[in-house]
Amino acid sequence: MTQPFRIPGLGRVDTARTLTFRFDGEAYTGHPGDTLASALLANGVRLMGRSFKYHRPRGVLTAGPEEPNALVTVGKGAHRDPNTRATVQELFDGLEAASQNRWPSLGLDLMGVNDLASRFLGAGFYYKTFMWPRAAWLKLYEPLIRRAAGLGALSGQSDPDRNEKAFAFCDLLVIGAGPAGLSAALTAARAGARVILADESAWMGGRLAFDRHDFDGRAGFDWAQEVVAELAAMDNVTLMPRTTVTGAYDGGTYAALERVARHVAPGHDAPLDCFWRIHAKRTVLAAGALERPVAFRDNDRPGVMLAGAVRAYLNHYGVAPGRSVVVFGTSDDGHRTALDLVDAGIHVAAYVDPRHEERLKAPFPVYTGSVVARAHGNPVEAVTIRHQTGREHRVACDTLAMSGGWNPTLHLSCHMGDRPEWNEDIAAFVPRPDAVPGLVAVGAAGGSFSTAAALAEGMAAANDALSALGFKPQDVALPVAEDAPYAIQPVWSVPGKGRAWLDFQNDVTIKDVTQAAMENFASVEHMKRYTTQGMAPDQGKSSNVAALAVLADATGRSIPDTGTTTYRPPFAPVPIAAMGAGGQGAGFAPKRLTTSHAASVEMGAPMIEAGLWFRPSYFPARGERVWRESCDREVAYVRNAVGICDVSTLGKIDVQGPDAGAFLDFVYTNTMSTLPEGRCRYGLMLREDGHVMDDGTAARLGRSHFVLTTTTAAAGPVMRHLEFVAQVLRPDWDVALSSVTEHWAQVAVAGPRSRELLSGLLDAPPELPFMGCGPVSVSGVSGRLFRISFSGELAYELAVPARYGDALFRELVARAEALGGGAYGIEALNVLRLEKGFLTHAEMHGRVTADDLGLAGMLSGKKDFIGKAMAARPGLSGPTREQLVALKPTGAVKQMTAGAFLFDAGAEPVREAAQGYITSACYAVTPRHTLALGFLRNGRARMGETVRMVDHLRGLDTTCEVIPLVTYDPDGGRARG
Amino acid sequence: MAELTATPPFAGLCLPLEIGRARIDAAELGQLTNIAPFRGKDAALATALQAAHGLDLPQAGQSSALDDALILWFGAGHVLLCGPAPDVALADHAALTAQTDGWAALTLSGPDAEPVLARLVPLDLSPASLGAGRTARSTIGHMPASITRRQDGTFLLMTFRSMAGTLAEDLQTAMSGVNARRSLG
Repeated sequence: MTQPFRIPGLGRVDTARTLTFRFDGEAYTGHPGDTLASALLANGVRLMGRSFKYHRPRGVLTAGPEEPNALVTVGKGAHRDPNTRATVQELFDGLEAASQNRWPSLGLDLMGVNDLASRFLGAGFYYKTFMWPRAAWLKLYEPLIRRAAGLGALSGQSDPDRNEKAFAFCDLLVIGAGPAGLSAALTAARAGARVILADESAWMGGRLAFDRHDFDGRAGFDWAQEVVAELAAMDNVTLMPRTTVTGAYDGGTYAALERVARHVAPGHDAPLDCFWRIHAKRTVLAAGALERPVAFRDNDRPGVMLAGAVRAYLNHYGVAPGRSVVVFGTSDDGHRTALDLVDAGIHVAAYVDPRHEERLKAPFPVYTGSVVARAHGNPVEAVTIRHQTGREHRVACDTLAMSGGWNPTLHLSCHMGDRPEWNEDIAAFVPRPDAVPGLVAVGAAGGSFSTAAALAEGMAAANDALSALGFKPQDVALPVAEDAPYAIQPVWSVPGKGRAWLDFQNDVTIKDVTQAAMENFASVEHMKRYTTQGMAPDQGKSSNVAALAVLADATGRSIPDTGTTTYRPPFAPVPIAAMGAGGQGAGFAPKRLTTSHAASVEMGAPMIEAGLWFRPSYFPARGERVWRESCDREVAYVRNAVGICDVSTLGKIDVQGPDAGAFLDFVYTNTMSTLPEGRCRYGLMLREDGHVMDDGTAARLGRSHFVLTTTTAAAGPVMRHLEFVAQVLRPDWDVALSSVTEHWAQVAVAGPRSRELLSGLLDAPPELPFMGCGPVSVSGVSGRLFRISFSGELAYELAVPARYGDALFRELVARAEALGGGAYGIEALNVLRLEKGFLTHAEMHGRVTADDLGLAGMLSGKKDFIGKAMAARPGLSGPTREQLVALKPTGAVKQMTAGAFLFDAGAEPVREAAQGYITSACYAVTPRHTLALGFLRNGRARMGETVRMVDHLRGLDTTCEVIPLVTYDPDGGRARG
Repeated sequence: MAELTATPPFAGLCLPLEIGRARIDAAELGQLTNIAPFRGKDAALATALQAAHGLDLPQAGQSSALDDALILWFGAGHVLLCGPAPDVALADHAALTAQTDGWAALTLSGPDAEPVLARLVPLDLSPASLGAGRTARSTIGHMPASITRRQDGTFLLMTFRSMAGTLAEDLQTAMSGVNARRSLG
């Protein structure tokens, strides 16, 4: 297939190679170096999309990332990517793209009926129309509107593509590789500074690629390539093509999206995108400028393009935008387009200029003091030119190249809250100095539209940065370039009937903006939200300034008084997949595996998450079909023989130093300094606000050496808390903290036969009293033994260095099995502790006090401790509060669930009547009934009372009896025995 | 009586691993001892450390190394002695805590080591910032980590032993991502 609009000998695509691609199923050809948009234009395809709301036919407007119209879906199946700008998508062999927001096809879009109803669909239509019935919004109106209006759709499948996140650092970040950026980068690079040069295109050179510039008698683009080659060879320079800097943040941090593998066919394992966080000591913003359209009737028809885009397709891609072109320019910049077209042999039907003086001598009709008032046809067949006198005449053409002037690409300079200022000379907003600390805007981004100024400002800004960073400023020999005046006469809109488009992507017309003003949505931020102007992926890149100029006119204010909307990151769309790279599936969090993990998995244990840890839920035995059978059996091991459970996940903190005892007295509510060596004690920690933080044990290993245990959940927070106390509250104390959670593998050996098991295992078994501890040796390996119990049975915890954890666990399980016991998981562990009324963070959930837990007796009156004063506040103790109790069912329904609410018997189960809630529940084995812990108002005084339990979520309703906390072995004789 | 056999932290994981121009190897550092000097005992500790082990007490961000011993700054008020058993004399000046089995260590080497780590570590890893002998506490992915550039230019990476699998996986992903870029046009 030929490319009828390709101009031989013009442009930089590689015509020696031909690529095949498909658009809406149709096969076309293009060349390496093409974008999807340039290749479609070369093939004469001008209709590339349908508009958001009215489904108007749309062609490509721009040649860059600001494209509002030509949004397509690239790829198929789960790989498909909606809302890809055809002007950014590089062509590759086999590319498949499809148009969006049309049904059944792009050419025949039945949703185009919306356009006929446009007089009803203007600004505020949804707000006014779909007010009632209220319930219909979510169920009826919104789905309908979303189907009819919108962009492309996601695949609905899990994203199979890889993405990356990465960090980069530099002295100078240069954003944009046009003349200003290249000049800045070259200057800084030659001084030896670390430079990152980022540009959103696949190549570098910016407008030097699109426009024909004379640099000392040769093409500006050739100069650019020479500079890029020099930079590429330098170790201190990182070139980042295909990279859009999307946000400016505190401390010189910038976000950037690198399109790593969107320009090649699928079938590689490279990341699609890489989301960079770049830290720069100084930044040069050389992002250029974005051309703005002029609003006149039907200015959105395919065939109407920006004048700068016409030059880009012509000069860089070698594509003729049409056969006969009318150019409508409001500054001298428009001349370039007309002259380039003539040089390429394309007919220029007319040049239309609102300015009165004759500034262009050319071999085509030039109409000064005139404007284009209307585009005709779909695609364009003619335009109406309105002269100063009001006379109108029609000129036949297939393309209109328009330029309403240029807006500096200043968005990044506003990301930290600054607003740009109006520059009357160029009729545009420009960044203010120091809008972002360390960032300087140069060249067109700073409002200087001559190439000579861009080159000079780039070098100057780089030299300022170099001086500030202690490098030697450089005098780079810059080429002599064009320094022509810009001379704009702004034309925002051309008055007349019909609809004139401001925001192509969101279908916002002049009428919408004036109507918003009439309805008193006169602030620019209100106008934006009322009309949707400047929203969505486009963010008003081409429409913003024109829209607020129209708003200024409608409200009788000046443009600077009207102001801009807020530019926020990201400057360009960033896929969530790129920002969340690596976080899919198991990448969400690190996995912490105990040393017994492999053995547990071999034993068939389902592993469940406990924080980042994975712990065995239960160990199924042959013939067991449901988890409760395993759990009950494992509970029985501990109650009757001996059970083995890896408890390494509990936090272990080594505390040493002359003031260790005083330190522990300060962080625990009870006294630890009096603990004899070789003994453990249960302890409670409060937060500074007097609520319970954690519980655990402290073991005294030496005169000034303790090891604390924390719960699994609070290991990190407790360590942080202790560091805070040591560093900030009591820096005068000599105490050293070190987490040893990971160094020790610790296994509970619990049950009446635990002593027997250990006597056979340990090299010289010590005779430990209840809550005793001491060093032991296991087959020559030094370990620690603690006689502590979380099950209410005679029990020990044996710790060895983690490398022996796997071997120890297997050995203990084998020995336990020989004694009629075995391994138990955390389901059984939970039953064992609930039968004893022991706590976990289900109970210590952050809103409870020691008194609520029945532990007020542990708040020592003899010393100060963290949280003491605050715990004594009225309202934090006593009968008005919900207190910890145990419950057992008395009604027909025997199930109790964590999260259920408690009410007085017979009371209405509504929020206002709630008396408390259940925190933990299990099927107890001894005695056999469901058992729960929960908090009940004045619960300790309500023993024997019947209350109602309602789980609204699971639809459970039962009655239960308040019973004492400890249901198993209340006097604790078994653990002490 | 059965012997307790030792299991190394990267057991069952595919180390060493070489992808493109980067390689990871499990590192055997010997005995690890956390040393936290008592109040005002830094100078005495430094002297004792030099006398007993021939190592300088590292300042923040520094390490010092001999053939068979390495000492790393390991966070505020902590250094980590790697290799020898700590001399008992050190205990007069500092809290000594055994950490040998608390950490999983590996080395990352090859020309792509820096770009690989740039995918996981939010620090400037260039020689100008993290030169030979420099060390930092930071994160690798979501994991707390110690990162050191050794004298031979390789990176010594340490994280909690329980996270050894995730460390190897994260590095493998980063290595294959960096390598796959090379095959793109």
